[in-house]
Amino acid sequence: MSGETVAQADQPTVVERLARAKVRARRLFRFKFFVVWVVLVAGFGVAFWFAGRVDPEFLRVSGPIIILRGVQITILLCLSSIVLATILAVLGALGRLSTNAYINGVASLYVSVVRGTPLLVQILFIYFGLPQLGIVLPAIPAGIIALSFNYGAYMTEIFRAGIQAVPPGQREAAAALGMPEHLIMRRIVLPQAIRIVVPAIGNEFIAMLKDSALVSVIAVQELLWWAQRLGRSALQPMTGLLLAAVVYWILTMAFSLLQERLERRLARSDR
Amino acid sequence: MTTDADVQAYAYAGGRLPGHVGDVIVRVREIEKYFGELHVLRGIDMDVWQREAVMVIGRSGSGKTTLLRCINFLEEPTLGTVEVDGLRVEADPLGRRGRRHREEIRQIRLRAGMLFQDFNLFPHMTVLQNCIEAPTRVQGLRRDEAVGIAEKVLDKVGLMDKRDEYPSRLSGGQKQRVAIARALSMEPKVLMFDEPTSALDPELIGEVLRVMEDLAHEGTTMIVVTHEMHFAREAADRVVFMEEGRIVEQGPPEQVLDEPRDPRTQQFLRRFLEIGTVPGHEEEPIHRHGEPRHKHAGEAHSHGG
Repeated sequence: MSGETVAQADQPTVVERLARAKVRARRLFRFKFFVVWVVLVAGFGVAFWFAGRVDPEFLRVSGPIIILRGVQITILLCLSSIVLATILAVLGALGRLSTNAYINGVASLYVSVVRGTPLLVQILFIYFGLPQLGIVLPAIPAGIIALSFNYGAYMTEIFRAGIQAVPPGQREAAAALGMPEHLIMRRIVLPQAIRIVVPAIGNEFIAMLKDSALVSVIAVQELLWWAQRLGRSALQPMTGLLLAAVVYWILTMAFSLLQERLERRLARSDR
Repeated sequence: MTTDADVQAYAYAGGRLPGHVGDVIVRVREIEKYFGELHVLRGIDMDVWQREAVMVIGRSGSGKTTLLRCINFLEEPTLGTVEVDGLRVEADPLGRRGRRHREEIRQIRLRAGMLFQDFNLFPHMTVLQNCIEAPTRVQGLRRDEAVGIAEKVLDKVGLMDKRDEYPSRLSGGQKQRVAIARALSMEPKVLMFDEPTSALDPELIGEVLRVMEDLAHEGTTMIVVTHEMHFAREAADRVVFMEEGRIVEQGPPEQVLDEPRDPRTQQFLRRFLEIGTVPGHEEEPIHRHGEPRHKHAGEAHSHGG
């Protein structure tokens, strides 16, 4: 009797079997997906190793320098620039939303000029152009300024959208409590806007990781600069560039993962 | 000192003023409001006396929400004056808010607390933070003073145990009670409710109305735009019926709700009768849902934009 009951309890229901089948299918998909990546990446690596006549000595000696020193500067550049860009973006967004024609005009001009010109031109202008006005900047600060300025303009639009996405009722409630405009913005609207905008800032940071390669043209000793310099002098330009590409790729994947986690955490707290 | 307006206002109140006759807290004169071509308020005169609870009823689009929003200048009246607790502000017909006008409006708002249909709690702050934000930052209270007041009012709305929760963890009824506590923390002279239960599930309406009724019985001066007729009957000192931007009829609840004189009021109340939840002593207990809420949901935003 009891044996029968147990057997019946063990018998999976249709729903359970469907669920298990689904899990199995998902696992299989992931496995195939993984295999494709491993095979393609390994295949490409091997082909390159033989066809490109890679010098193992170059990888052993120069590889760590490119990776360690390059990545260090690249990350330093991007972290400083994203912070400055965020500050610029908040100011820019407030300006773009201002009812004051002068402030709005200045902010809109900033966005228009920066978005309407190539980042490369901006970098060159700050480093090679400004000295003609007597403003001489070392390479790294020049790079940081150029990146911040550029990303600040793009992120202005992100923050503007974020501020506008805060429900108007929030502003009304704060106003009804007698809060003056600047307090409403600082204490009620911006904190909520920033929460809305965090995922987008993450995206910008990842994009910046890659765009930061451009400042190698003003001899900022970041990832690409080291890869090119060491690759060229060892007559292994392709290896150097490929190494840089792989490192950029790994960096962006790592930060994407980090960002995904952060986003999930924000979604969970759901405030 | 008794002015003509005072006498008139006393007459409005149908002689049913609470025990002592205090001052006029809110005095609205000849308010006109246009939204573009739409003439929403057509000359409103209204006085609200200290300790008086005024309930404004009327169909959607009659201008009652707009009237409330004009009193604290969330909408700038096109014409007219608003006076709250002695501070008189003239409408700025061009709608350009200069520094001085903005400051006057802010002073009005400090005197007149407002409750919204959809609560509008600050989601990034806890219940307590919601209640002390304006007292500390606007009124300049010390944090401990503000916390003291906030805890007192949270206790009054029965939500002391939620003081450290975030709004997302509260039910709709609890949110509206916190919103009431937040408004009370500013110790305003008058509380204005804009359909405070219209966004609530029927079973959550009672707890909010109970708090409001307590406030009314304690002598809180309040103006309530509502569709809850039972509540109006129970808690109002005066019921004001509005239609097409005008005050059509007003008086004590038993007069306006039971023996309306104006045909428009009669017709409006008949509609409630058809739905089956008309004001009537013997019917349901007072805290029941007044009418299906979809009928009026979104009225607050139906004009202007």
